[in-house]
Amino acid sequence: MEAFITYTLFAMLVATALAAVQLNRLFAVVMLSGVFSLLSAVLFVVLDAPDVAFTEAAVGAGISTVLMLGTLALTSRTEKSSSRSSAIPLLVVIVTGIVLVYGTLDMPNFGSANTPANTHIAAQFIEKTPHQIDVPNIVTAILASYRGYDTLGEVVVVFTAGIGVLLLIGRLGRRGERQKQIGRGE
Amino acid sequence: MYDLEFIVGHLHYWLFIVLMMTGFYIVVSRGNLVKKIVGLNIFQTSVFMFYISMGKVDGGTAPIFPVDMKIDPATVYSNPVPHVLILTAIVVGVATTALGLALIVRIREDFGTIEEEEILKIKRKITAEENRDHGAGMGGSA
Repeated sequence: MEAFITYTLFAMLVATALAAVQLNRLFAVVMLSGVFSLLSAVLFVVLDAPDVAFTEAAVGAGISTVLMLGTLALTSRTEKSSSRSSAIPLLVVIVTGIVLVYGTLDMPNFGSANTPANTHIAAQFIEKTPHQIDVPNIVTAILASYRGYDTLGEVVVVFTAGIGVLLLIGRLGRRGERQKQIGRGE
Repeated sequence: MYDLEFIVGHLHYWLFIVLMMTGFYIVVSRGNLVKKIVGLNIFQTSVFMFYISMGKVDGGTAPIFPVDMKIDPATVYSNPVPHVLILTAIVVGVATTALGLALIVRIREDFGTIEEEEILKIKRKITAEENRDHGAGMGGSA
């Protein structure tokens, strides 16, 4: 049953991505990007990651789509058909895909319990969280306590990106530009 | 070595790679900058799914204990470490998307278009004009 759900979701994800390749109207493309994020959130639930699913549905499907719609309002709504050939990009993509598939050949089977990724540190987190942190959700325990500094670093990244956006299109950047224009005029 | 069990066990990874490559194809083949960002998002989400699939354990459940913390030792939990990594990555991904979109808005203000080919054409024209002006200033044709 689980495999059936997974493969159905895969089919829908592939259809969404291919439709995004084909369409010229950017509004539809942006909406398909939101649909892709929502479908991937459902897949995250199937893969036992409800926390990631919540975040992807709220941030990936919600905020990203709103940001892109805002950009569309400020720029243009249709894509002009490109004159260049699609043979070289297709070749590059296929070669990259083959290399990546070759890379997965050494990987353990999907769902196996005693892989390197699942045995070392993850087993310790699962074992020690009830005694050391006493929080029911292990993901919360790791995110906010064991790896709290990583989350602080994430906040720094988001802050930096916010400053970057402000400097690019906010008032802060415009003021410098206006002064430059005034200086040139005098 | 490459029997049916191997193929079924790796099919998930290969399907994620197909999704990744679809996003990558949008990035390299389309000239529209907003569409490039959409392609980048599709690529990024596929990588997230690939990572989460590595932490999945057969017969396991979400890594959340019962609220009363009475843990049944027989319960198998999926690996919580990829979940934490990807939670961080999703938020950082939105931050970079916002930065990219802000750049697109600025490019549109300066060039009046968000098509890569037209931007390159305008850029080439500006460079040619500058070369001509500077060349005349130096006393020759550039």
